[in-house]
Amino acid sequence: MAIILSAFASGLIFGLGLVISQMINPAKVLAFLDIFGRWDPSLAFVMGGAVAVSALGYAYSRSRGAPVLAPRLDVPSRRDVDPRLLTGAAIFGLGWGLVGLCPGPALVDLVAGPWTIFVFVTAMVAGLLLARISLPSGPPQQLLGETAPAADG
Amino acid sequence: MDHFTPVSALVGGMLIGGSAALILILNGRVAGISGILGGLLPPSRGDVSWRIAFLAGLLLAPVIYRAFGGAIPPITVEASVPVLAIAGFLVGFGTRLGAGCTSGHGVCGVGRGSPRSIVATAVFTATAIVTVLVTRHLLGA
Repeated sequence: MAIILSAFASGLIFGLGLVISQMINPAKVLAFLDIFGRWDPSLAFVMGGAVAVSALGYAYSRSRGAPVLAPRLDVPSRRDVDPRLLTGAAIFGLGWGLVGLCPGPALVDLVAGPWTIFVFVTAMVAGLLLARISLPSGPPQQLLGETAPAADG
Repeated sequence: MDHFTPVSALVGGMLIGGSAALILILNGRVAGISGILGGLLPPSRGDVSWRIAFLAGLLLAPVIYRAFGGAIPPITVEASVPVLAIAGFLVGFGTRLGAGCTSGHGVCGVGRGSPRSIVATAVFTATAIVTVLVTRHLLGA
């Protein structure tokens, strides 16, 4: 039960961060990506703040050893950069740049945004499913723990 | 740069990082949205409820923010419905193929110093910048 509550709290705080930073607004994300237009550097500040705190959290979790509520850290330790990673990131970047939505803000905008967001999220779920079905599962991750997560993130 | 909002960006970003730290320290999990959602497609036994709880919290965030008197920022979607469908598909497929998105690679992976995540974040950010350059400045206007 505690593990469910902590996951809920984490999702809620994540969503509040997206709302407060205005990253749920695709126009604001596009304004960051538009470095040749009227550039808005806000997204870099969001990422800077997020990475700094996340890095502190990682350092603490490593020093602790096991997590508070789970037997082990499910964190990928694979370090090799393969063509699949590069292709996937490029395809994602293309979709992100077309609309200004990545998965987190898209989900929050299901609740807070216009109906057209449903089109995006439905297609995103279809893309996730198709990738799952059509692609062979990658080489097993060498993990800090025992069970392999399907993704780096 | 009248539209630049450094303070709310930094505060919101720190909350996002705090969320990632929380679920890592307590549950030992990576707060990657595409990974958490993708793990439900299809769901695997014994690995469902925490994912649903996380996503429920994410979806309730604007509702709770509003309930406590917060003003939801404007959400401006400029893309047409066909473009939304294409882009959504690319985001879903690409994040699964590349094993992560802005949160899993960008926030969590970069925070761990993972070479894979640092490269992935550089690639998807550069691709998105080029996409905006092409659609806004070369094709559009």
